[in-house]
Amino acid sequence: MPETGVLFEREDVTPYECDGLSAYRQPPMVVALPENEAQVCEILETCHAMRVPVVARGAGTGLSGGALPLGNGVLLSLARLNNILAVDPLARTARVQPGVRNLAISEAAAPHGLYYAPDPSSQIACSIGGNVAENSGGVHCLKYGLTVHNILKLRVATIEGEIIELGGGGLDAAGYDLLALMTGSEGLLGVVTEITVKLLPRPESAQVVLAAFDDVGAAGQAVANVIAAGIIPAGMEMMDQPATLAVEPFVNAGYPTDAAGILLCESDGTREEVADETARIEKIMQDSGAHLVRVSRDEAERLKLWAGRKAAFPAVGRLSPDYYCMDGTIPRRRLAEVLRGIAAMEKKYALRCANVFHAGDGNLHPLILYDANDADQLQRAELFGAEILRLCIDVGGTITGEHGVGVEKIDSMCLQFGAAELETFHALKHAFDEHGLLNPGKAVPTLHRCAEFGRMHVHSGHEKFPELPRF
Amino acid sequence: MDTLIQQFADTIRAAAENRRPLRICGGGSKSFYGNPATGEDFGVTGYRGIVDYEPTELVITARAGTPLAEIESTMREQGQMLGFEPPHFDGGATLGGCIAAGLSGPRRAAAGAARDFVLGLRLLDGRGTDLRFGGQVMKNVAGYDMSRLVTGSLGTLGLILEVSLKALPLPPAELTLACEMPRGEAIEMMNALAGQPLPVTATCHVEKRLYLRLAGAETAVKAAAKKIGGETMPNAAEFWRNVRDHRDLFFSGDGPVWRLSLTSTAPEIDLPGHQLVEWGGALRWLKTDAGAESVRKAAHKAGGHATLFRRGRHDTGAFHPLPEALMQLHRRVKQAMDPAGIFNRGRLYPEW
Repeated sequence: MPETGVLFEREDVTPYECDGLSAYRQPPMVVALPENEAQVCEILETCHAMRVPVVARGAGTGLSGGALPLGNGVLLSLARLNNILAVDPLARTARVQPGVRNLAISEAAAPHGLYYAPDPSSQIACSIGGNVAENSGGVHCLKYGLTVHNILKLRVATIEGEIIELGGGGLDAAGYDLLALMTGSEGLLGVVTEITVKLLPRPESAQVVLAAFDDVGAAGQAVANVIAAGIIPAGMEMMDQPATLAVEPFVNAGYPTDAAGILLCESDGTREEVADETARIEKIMQDSGAHLVRVSRDEAERLKLWAGRKAAFPAVGRLSPDYYCMDGTIPRRRLAEVLRGIAAMEKKYALRCANVFHAGDGNLHPLILYDANDADQLQRAELFGAEILRLCIDVGGTITGEHGVGVEKIDSMCLQFGAAELETFHALKHAFDEHGLLNPGKAVPTLHRCAEFGRMHVHSGHEKFPELPRF
Repeated sequence: MDTLIQQFADTIRAAAENRRPLRICGGGSKSFYGNPATGEDFGVTGYRGIVDYEPTELVITARAGTPLAEIESTMREQGQMLGFEPPHFDGGATLGGCIAAGLSGPRRAAAGAARDFVLGLRLLDGRGTDLRFGGQVMKNVAGYDMSRLVTGSLGTLGLILEVSLKALPLPPAELTLACEMPRGEAIEMMNALAGQPLPVTATCHVEKRLYLRLAGAETAVKAAAKKIGGETMPNAAEFWRNVRDHRDLFFSGDGPVWRLSLTSTAPEIDLPGHQLVEWGGALRWLKTDAGAESVRKAAHKAGGHATLFRRGRHDTGAFHPLPEALMQLHRRVKQAMDPAGIFNRGRLYPEW
């Protein structure tokens, strides 16, 4: 390792003390900045031999504290492995290093009319390696899938410092689907050193329909009606009134602020496909009781309608010193019930909450408004958030749709899974990492911790990258 | 049904205690696939029936013994389908076997594989413990993705009890184009078309003819057909069903059939015999008398792997050998789920 690739002075390691969830901070013992795969392997081999824990880090934009360092561990930054190694336009693949930014892949593919589909809102900054670790989604996942659906092959360094290849040049590989297992494993099973992603042809055209409803239940029913009509929209987003009221003065997207909830429903594909689908969506919205339906007439209007949705997080951030972003997924038919539950919690905890919702795939992002400088508010926000996650589980959903468990939701894992499932997770972890050196303490709680759960439930959600759009 | 699960769990516990392997038996439609497993037959098709189907949620949950045909006809009534177009082969396929084998049909390159549609599952592990992973929602990143790990593991990690799958709407219109074309040119064309925003949902080249299936809104399908050219094929649904279930003439005979999963742009495989190309070039079926070594070498060179799909007279292992580090990892994963090594011993790799 070159000398500039190892940091250990306090002022040098401090920038790495947290990721996007900055309420948790812990400077690492050492930061290692390898420049190639061989150095990654050597670092891991050394850590394995010395039994030193390792936390891998991409761009550090994660929202669940997955890259929170350990005071007695190495923080392994993959930021310098940032080369796009190859783009194959005919096979529609790109081979990239983990530190490459998500959006940079689409930019490199653009001259060939191709793009990389998963588009987490932080895509201008987040790295593809981090996307693999978290199985990141985006606004378009209902139609185009998550990271796991859009990668073909990984090169992974094991904790012993050996390279294994998962997946392959084809659409499947021999043996167990360890490619799928590795994706979303939050850095607990291995360190990804190279990714081959699938590229898709850029859709010929896209159009968005805005529909406003007097009742969020009716908006939820409209979403179901679109699906029932056999349409899989490219994007289907809902915002409730507190969210539109926050956004409109900020962005002037043209949202009706008198509506209880609005839907944005996008169609993409060939010109004929989009014309056909948009007309059907427009009709379904009217039949579902929308009091206003508008179709984007051109690209400028389409982007303006989306700008409001994309600015929802910073807009809500203007209303309050802090907000805590939750990430539960629910069966869509339970939406009205969950929103009623959240409204009741607003009264119970005396805190406001705005709701934005990836309505197509049931991924809800309640934004709880609070002031972190007020200890009592902070505590109420945490309890509020935990109760929302509990409700998500109760209606048959999950505690995290796309942000990951990290340190943030580790206690809620005890609610979502029983002891037997958690033990299976630990057995699998052991198969990859016998001594528990890769990102220990994240993603999967110990049974002991679950037994203690309740006493130690503390978390917060101050955002470290306020400039990044979050949706 | 709970009694049945109790019985399954008791059988598994007894087998684990006595280290007596079990051969999980579903509908038997894919019993030719993989290596022969040793052990006592363990019939599990009694655990059947659709548990939950909510078309507007795009999710269906069913017990593993449910016939695939029953699931698909129920979905068809609601205008939906399984997006990965799973093969039925001789017709007796069950959902459990479908997910355990993890095989996908002609729509795979366009829509995704079996594992891409699995949202959650329930299984009994090698200790007889009843486990649930994933769920019935589209997006879920809590815990390791066990559901996708189990998909395609050929019953070696546990007995699948229930599966939740994402549903897709049936396309309003479908049309298949066909034309004469040499194989090499067809592979190039499949790849070129996949790079354009066209509604191609299946491709096949066999016996010097290229077949392209288009699906979507009627206007979109017609416009794409006009753009691509070629003649419209009658009875196309039957053609694709025959390709999916290996009833096409190409698959007749009792010689070995190899399945090569490759980089889609890989040039024609230079081996004697007959070839059928699918998945935009990424899947090549090969009927050849060439030795296993040379087939595997050719597949490796083309960025992929070769499976001896139908055995013929070969006595070689069905699946592509794994590098040593990866094989060790496989053994440890197997050990984590099935410590006594009782499930389908030998089916995936003969040693375990």
